Amino acid sequence: MELSDSVLDHLRRVAALPDLSGTRYELEGEIGRGGMGIVYAARDRVLDRHVALKVLDLTPAGEAQLIAALEHPAIVPVYEAGTLLDGREFYAMKLIRGARLDQYVARQSTLAERLRLIWRVGEALAYAHSHGIIHRDLKPQNVMVGEFGEIYVMDWGVKAIAGTPAFRAPEIVLDQRSDIYALGALLRFLLPEPNPPALGAIAAKAMNADPAARYPEVPALLADIERFEQGMAVEAWPEPLWHRLRRFASRNAVLLWLLAAYTFAKFLIFFLRKF
Amino acid sequence: MNKIVAGLLFGLTLGALDGATAWFYPEARPMLTSIMIGSSIKGMIVGLFSGWFARKVQSTRWGIVVGSALGLLFAFFVAAMDASKGQPHYLEIMLPGFVVGAIIGFLTQRVGSRDLASQRTL
Repeated sequence: MELSDSVLDHLRRVAALPDLSGTRYELEGEIGRGGMGIVYAARDRVLDRHVALKVLDLTPAGEAQLIAALEHPAIVPVYEAGTLLDGREFYAMKLIRGARLDQYVARQSTLAERLRLIWRVGEALAYAHSHGIIHRDLKPQNVMVGEFGEIYVMDWGVKAIAGTPAFRAPEIVLDQRSDIYALGALLRFLLPEPNPPALGAIAAKAMNADPAARYPEVPALLADIERFEQGMAVEAWPEPLWHRLRRFASRNAVLLWLLAAYTFAKFLIFFLRKF
Repeated sequence: MNKIVAGLLFGLTLGALDGATAWFYPEARPMLTSIMIGSSIKGMIVGLFSGWFARKVQSTRWGIVVGSALGLLFAFFVAAMDASKGQPHYLEIMLPGFVVGAIIGFLTQRVGSRDLASQRTL
């Protein structure tokens, strides 16, 4: 009996699906492919809830333990880890309903919203760094935006992952400053065109080829973004005088208008008294 | 520095500067010192109330409104006192007093620490 191509494809797909017998999960379908395995949507039969199930294809490198060690609102919580009948490792985590960052920003164009996203990602990175963990592969595809605008940084890196070229720091040995490089690349990715020069300078400083010339830590980068948002000078950019004056006028517009009103009132009275 | 102290300092400074502009009116120069003192006291009273308001309500807009109203009110008292001496200068005193009050109201919203126990946002 000969099988058609479509039937063969179907059989191949079914054969590639993980066998979840012996676990509490029911397979619902593939969601995506990460650096170390395939992520499926599944249903937890015991708790009757939907979860994301990552099945690792390579030798386990402690990815689940790595993520489970991080308890942060912007880091997806791991529920359980185990081994399938075929010997592959898996772990179950919260199923995020929303959009990938690159898809989300295509619909959200305001600069304030984009900076909020960077802030949330930066906070998660800073938290992980404070626990001695680095991401290694930060990129828009690894950030999810939930239905209510919440941010989740996914695919926390293990040593086997080399990073994505456009977001990967040039150095061979990756450390916290490599994540700062990736965060700078993410900021540059999110900036609208034409971008504010101060923000462009922040991204450029974070992406400096020399790690020592980058921000020493994530909070320093976030502080510079905060300065920009508050209309203050940023460390990364020695702004020209005209720009400084314009920023001053913008920050103190109300006070300048009041002083102008006072001067006008005084001139008015001075000249009216002559008539 | 709390907002009431900030209001007093801004009121003192701006009131003195406002009073000093009397120098541009030759007929007022002999009374410059007393004008500056009176204007400073008026500014400090406006600053005191604006600072107190700023501790209770966090709103630049309402700070300006209250400051300018207080500035106008106290400038009216000063102008009325002046008028009782037979020299009415309502416009010359009340118009700048109104704007100086607005500036003091604005500055007390921006500068100084607030009473966190009783804060409101409009």
